[in-house]
Amino acid sequence: MSILVNAESRVIVQGITGGAGSFHARQCLEYGTKIVAGVTPGRGGETFEGKVPVFNTVAEAVAATGADVSLIFVPPPGAADAILEAADSGCQLVVCITEGVPVMDMIRVRRWLEGRSVRLIGPNCPGIITPGGCKIGIMPGHIHRPGHVGVVSRSGTLTYEAVGQLTALGIGQSTCVGIGGDPVGGMDFIDVLTLFNADPDTHGVIMIGEIGGQAEERAAAYIKAQMKKPVAALIAGATAPPGKRMGHAGAIIAGGKGTAKEKRAALEAAGVKVAPTPAEMGSTLQSLLRM
Amino acid sequence: MKIHEYQAKQIFARYGVPIPKGYPVNTAAEAEIAAKKLIDETKVPVVVVKAQIHAGGRGKGGGVKLAKKGPAEARELADKMLGRPLVTHQTGPGGQIVRRLYIEQGLDIGRELYLALVLDRDARRVAVMASTEGGMDIEQVAHDKPEKIQRAHVDPVVGLAAYQARRIGFSLGLDKDQTGKFVKLLQSLYDLFVKEDCSLCEINPLIVTKQGEVVALDGKINFDDNADFRHRDWAELRDRDEEDPVELEAKEAGLSYVSLDGDIGCLVNGAGLAMATMDIIQTYGGSPANFLDVGGGANQEQVAKAFGMIMRSPKVKGIFVNIFGGIMKCDVIAAGIIAATKQMGLEVPLVVRLEGTNVEQGRKMLGESGLSIQAASTMADGAKKIVQAIGARG
Repeated sequence: MSILVNAESRVIVQGITGGAGSFHARQCLEYGTKIVAGVTPGRGGETFEGKVPVFNTVAEAVAATGADVSLIFVPPPGAADAILEAADSGCQLVVCITEGVPVMDMIRVRRWLEGRSVRLIGPNCPGIITPGGCKIGIMPGHIHRPGHVGVVSRSGTLTYEAVGQLTALGIGQSTCVGIGGDPVGGMDFIDVLTLFNADPDTHGVIMIGEIGGQAEERAAAYIKAQMKKPVAALIAGATAPPGKRMGHAGAIIAGGKGTAKEKRAALEAAGVKVAPTPAEMGSTLQSLLRM
Repeated sequence: MKIHEYQAKQIFARYGVPIPKGYPVNTAAEAEIAAKKLIDETKVPVVVVKAQIHAGGRGKGGGVKLAKKGPAEARELADKMLGRPLVTHQTGPGGQIVRRLYIEQGLDIGRELYLALVLDRDARRVAVMASTEGGMDIEQVAHDKPEKIQRAHVDPVVGLAAYQARRIGFSLGLDKDQTGKFVKLLQSLYDLFVKEDCSLCEINPLIVTKQGEVVALDGKINFDDNADFRHRDWAELRDRDEEDPVELEAKEAGLSYVSLDGDIGCLVNGAGLAMATMDIIQTYGGSPANFLDVGGGANQEQVAKAFGMIMRSPKVKGIFVNIFGGIMKCDVIAAGIIAATKQMGLEVPLVVRLEGTNVEQGRKMLGESGLSIQAASTMADGAKKIVQAIGARG
């Protein structure tokens, strides 16, 4: 079991003929992901890697292949439109890797998605992986191993770090979701935690947050009220200076709000065990599973 | 990206947000000419001399002065401000050098209000914030008197509805005529916010003059950097003097860099890991010299550039490279490090932790490079090693 995606997921790649799109589509194929189609407007009729048909539109790709997930590598000017196209063409899950999508575009996308059942992960995220099942994103597949710990994170490379620590301890993962570092994106911590909570195969969760916004505080309230499984957490950016954007558009302490200290306190008050250092995410979760 | 008040006001004017008449100047002589022109044009004997720096809190810091005795006084005030550092609560103790002034007509202020459009990330909407407490630090108002702040969220499909603006206008105590003007101003401001891809539009204070006009006495605009591909004019609005030269150089190379006060240079891929690397260095008693995210798709030249920027900084006593490759391939990082050190030499301890895509290739390249590099197995191991290496050198 897993959440959102598994070995049966049928995936299209929007932007499959671009540099990043083709590189990562190949990596996903090698991992065993069922990449059933690619989409690049104007390149319909071509074939990717000699086996994946390319279509002009997502609607055609879905009609021809029955795809249910879209993985987006379209550059920022067209990324929001690509999300809308995927969502309007029957994909149930849209994973947008693109970094640098204007926030105004995402405000419109989120408004448009209201009331629809389609789920969005990202943008500016590493994607989602169910180890041993499928990899829909840019994470290095080989560091993962199948198991029972869910990982949800605002940061890409910190997710790899957590997974690497878990795997080194012999602890496998059910599903790992990178929700992205932008101020306005798709699924948030609570959306993913809710799915992990309901997944019988997920026995514990690592949640990786960072400075900026109130998403971790809201997640803490959810965990306190609803979560039946142990949660370990990390908040990156304890030493970041206020008012400076730390790479991610979302990672900024503004008006004294969104500090690591506040987030840690909220999580600890909700019964979450916060890792003392970024090197101890795996061992912190391990200590909870043993209890 | 931040811009100056006078630039924000030029954009306000383009969108129909009322502003006082004013002219930007670079010298005291120009200030006198501008003041004379304003007095002739407006028949108001008072002008305001305003320092143009990106930081807020200029009024309290002495960067906004009234000249009531005519153009010669404006010149004197300008002469005292130009070329000198202005210290406000946002500039840090060194202040920011004043290179430009804005000479503006004086107005009869009846009331001072606060108005802003901001991105509310939790509501995933643009939000209006308004308050009767104009001219104050809004964060202080939010803390002390939260009931004094009116809020409204804007549906991106409908836009800012007139009733929303009207509701806020009346709640601020404006009369019918003033509220009509306020609604028009706020809708113009929202139009501007969306079309210009802002992350903040703030008017503090928004004034009601004794004659009943509603005017933006100050203006602050921040742009969403992600949208720069559709705003070619931003390049001209950028004031390079206001930005940290190293951060600017990094931005132009497609890197994300923030200067910090410590002595351990960090080169990391991914913003989250870069923050975590800073955190763990401090855990082990060290102090990071910078935040540097080389990003996901950096090439060898960008990595070499990033490495060079760290090495050039005189405060850096050691370097910690912490890479967990996803998109970023470890062999690219290794090639960049080797290229940069060949060109610039390596005079400080270097600890490298590589993990992820093409890690074997990367490690092999560094191992065969002949460089004096300490390999680390984990990020904790790396942080410990770099802190020790610096300590050992005293």
